[in-house]
Amino acid sequence: MHVSDFVKLSGGKVLTGEYEDREIVCGYTCDLLSHVMGKGQADMAWITVQAHMNVIAVAALLDFACVIIPENLPVDETIIKKAASEDIIIVSCEQTSFELVKLLADAGVPSAKKG
Amino acid sequence: MTMIKESYPVKADDMTSAGDVSARIKRQMKQLGIPASVVRRVSVGTYEAEINLVIHSDGGRIDFEISPEKITIRVVDQGPGIPDLKKAMTEGWSTASNEVRNMGFGAGMGLPNMKRNADEFDIQSTVGVGTDITMIFNI
Repeated sequence: MHVSDFVKLSGGKVLTGEYEDREIVCGYTCDLLSHVMGKGQADMAWITVQAHMNVIAVAALLDFACVIIPENLPVDETIIKKAASEDIIIVSCEQTSFELVKLLADAGVPSAKKG
Repeated sequence: MTMIKESYPVKADDMTSAGDVSARIKRQMKQLGIPASVVRRVSVGTYEAEINLVIHSDGGRIDFEISPEKITIRVVDQGPGIPDLKKAMTEGWSTASNEVRNMGFGAGMGLPNMKRNADEFDIQSTVGVGTDITMIFNI
């Protein structure tokens, strides 16, 4: 699945504007950044309710496919600009994290590796 | 032979800039064609160290050195020092404030993540003086 497929499937909105499409190789949901630093993989879709500058730093350092914000939670314009400058795609969705995980899993996206 | 040797200051309490030094180091590694798996491990270790400097220290610096065989990251702060290193190295143990926890930090995984990702890890700390961490990553 690519980010563009996920956007269509979820009806979500890409906050960061035009983007170069990327493959999503796995998914993960967690709001503890150190946990994500430990478990995150390249090309991963990360679902989190955290929407601050450090989320972008983590996503950029680990080269995530996209950051997915559930429940239409607000994302500050400065965060969106920073993400766009780092080529990080932010997708805002109406669904809850739980519903978004199901959507990705049903479409065949596996979980990030454990351990 | 050293290919790059630099030192970057990190300010205490500046959460908006936290990650900038790690991002800069990552860019330099990519420009040099360091393998992606090494870049990832160094990025995790450096970012955790940078966050610790911002959250817990009175300010410090990150030294970064690349040679053909290894990458060395040294993190030195100006205090306050860690009273119980054994506890600090325990996964899940953290002294982070509620404000920082609300941002998703303070899971008590910073130092364990650094140790796990580095090939060699050393930490020295003296209360009232500061903390000195060295991480070595083989290329």
